[in-house]
Amino acid sequence: MSFIVRRLIFYVVAAWVALTINFFIPRLVPGNAVESIMAKFPNLQPSAYRALEALLGVGNPGSLWHQYWAYLADISHLDFGTSVSEYPAQVSTLLGEALPWTIILVGTATVIAFLVGTALGIAAGWRHGGGLDRVLPGLMFLQAIPYFFFALILLELFAVKVHVFPIAQGYSQGLIPGWNGAFISSAIYHSLLPALTIVLTSIAGWMLQMRNVMITTTGEDYVVAAQAKGLHNRRVVLTYAARNAILPQLQGFGLAIGFVVSGALVMEIVFSYPGIGLLLINSVSSNDYALTQAIFLVITFAVLLANLIVDVIIVFVDPRARAREATR
Amino acid sequence: MTIAPAISTELTAVTQEAPQPGWWRRLPTKAKVGVVLFGLFVLTAIIGPLVTPYDPSYQNPSPSASMNPPNAAHLLGTTQSGQDVLSQLLVGIRLTLELGLIVGAVATALAVIVGVTSAFLGGFWDELLSLITNVFLVIPALPLLIVLLGYFPNRGEAPTIIVLALLGWPWGARVMRAQTLAIRNRDFVAASRETGERTWRIITFEIVPNEVSLIAASFVNTVLYAIGASVALAFIGVADLNSWSLGTMLYWAQSQQALQLGAWWWFVPPGLAVALMGTALVLLNTGIDELGNPRLRDASSASRIAGRWLRPADPTPVLSEVSYRRKGLASFLHSFSRSSLLDNAEAGEGR
Repeated sequence: MSFIVRRLIFYVVAAWVALTINFFIPRLVPGNAVESIMAKFPNLQPSAYRALEALLGVGNPGSLWHQYWAYLADISHLDFGTSVSEYPAQVSTLLGEALPWTIILVGTATVIAFLVGTALGIAAGWRHGGGLDRVLPGLMFLQAIPYFFFALILLELFAVKVHVFPIAQGYSQGLIPGWNGAFISSAIYHSLLPALTIVLTSIAGWMLQMRNVMITTTGEDYVVAAQAKGLHNRRVVLTYAARNAILPQLQGFGLAIGFVVSGALVMEIVFSYPGIGLLLINSVSSNDYALTQAIFLVITFAVLLANLIVDVIIVFVDPRARAREATR
Repeated sequence: MTIAPAISTELTAVTQEAPQPGWWRRLPTKAKVGVVLFGLFVLTAIIGPLVTPYDPSYQNPSPSASMNPPNAAHLLGTTQSGQDVLSQLLVGIRLTLELGLIVGAVATALAVIVGVTSAFLGGFWDELLSLITNVFLVIPALPLLIVLLGYFPNRGEAPTIIVLALLGWPWGARVMRAQTLAIRNRDFVAASRETGERTWRIITFEIVPNEVSLIAASFVNTVLYAIGASVALAFIGVADLNSWSLGTMLYWAQSQQALQLGAWWWFVPPGLAVALMGTALVLLNTGIDELGNPRLRDASSASRIAGRWLRPADPTPVLSEVSYRRKGLASFLHSFSRSSLLDNAEAGEGR
């Protein structure tokens, strides 16, 4: 069985664990959740009562085992139930509207931050003790700032004090979302500051990690041997040292992606960016449990998918892994 | 036990963690800055709530007390409802730091227990525990925290601590397992086993003391995670909003439009406090890293030869994953992990 297939099975197991946790959380909570939700939303139709009961697993609609299978069947049809706060909208519809915003913004910004951070890390690790090392404490400060607080500061500086960037939303008011020049340029303009927030706060982490691996790698005998052969410095750095240091870096990327995405989601709130993060805070503040739980699942699946992509890249980059794939 | 002292001196030489006279001078500069900065926060957390100029929750009804910029009466200004920002900050630092330290202690204890147990059991149970650890590493923690805490009727401090600690152990457990695997094959462990020491005694008196620097690093990391996560949760509104922590301060500032009203003194102090606390912890952690791995240190011991900084060869063994042959079910479970890809032992089997 190839490595990728085995990893795929691992992610399916991880997804199943997340689904199962998600199933049991509302069922382990004491008290009648349905009554309390109905009391909070006087405008809910009585028909919503049954839907809430089914979602929260109260009112005894069959055995736990039966409920569990019904739940898994619903999820497999992308049926996450009905939203309470935006009743009668389907949760899947709301997710479908918000997801593209987040994937494009967070995905692009994270990849840019990773590439730039890794490049800086290569430079800092090679010229250990050089100029780039002197800015390290500043970078550690950037790394320690919560994303959303950095977003607040950037907004204060570039949207409130100096009106260079818009203060909120994903696109200008009055525009209708669609594939036309005016809308797309407006959307890009509105996403610049959020993207800058993600890039600036996460770049330091990638750089520090790559720097430390590079320092260890440059001490290896094969790097010294390459230098002794009189190879060009750039060739030694890129094809000998960085080529080997990139593998732990990629593994670290897979592990850290969940943190980056979580931070970026909270940041969306500051910008009122119409993505998953804003949907999440709205669902939390209005006790829309179905929506909150669906968002948890969607984020988890996205992170698992990103990890699978990282695995594919590792196999692609690492000749040992490719050789082993061929023999299997 | 007669053999142990002689061997343990050899070990302290390897791991370089014995605090001797003058240890402060030998500490890397980054670690010194981190210790001082973090010490200041601990001091503030202890003294701060005793010297608050006002009750942080007191809402001054007079309109002239609302949204004051920093002045003599209110050193950090006031909020929209006339509350004193400095008082909130002093109380908030204690609550946030307290939560971070408690979660850090509990989660690190869990990590040590899981990691060391996993390495000692070996075989199938080791791989099963590693699989569980990897699953919880890959599931994003913050959304799960939100879902879990969202169902608690009263989102107080206790449920937050419990849930944060329950989700905070996997990273530390991974590191502890790798280190324990490396140590358990050393001669001094074999020696104490030969002298008939019980397993629990070997673990608590031989293994764990040799992992102190790693446990410290893991603790610092977990505190960092706990502070970041709790502040983010409070900012979203998943916290006890009647208490004053750095996160709830930011929540109220955001929900009452502090930014749009230009009240920078309202949201900058709590955010800056979180950032500085985090910086102190990151600096501490790099300091601990550099103590264990001298290669990462600044150029003090290096000399410049032909335009490149070169340093003396590193005497410290860098922490590495021990690969060993696995059999049957254990080998099957292990093959699903990412590290199986870089396993040389299995590469040999494949051919």
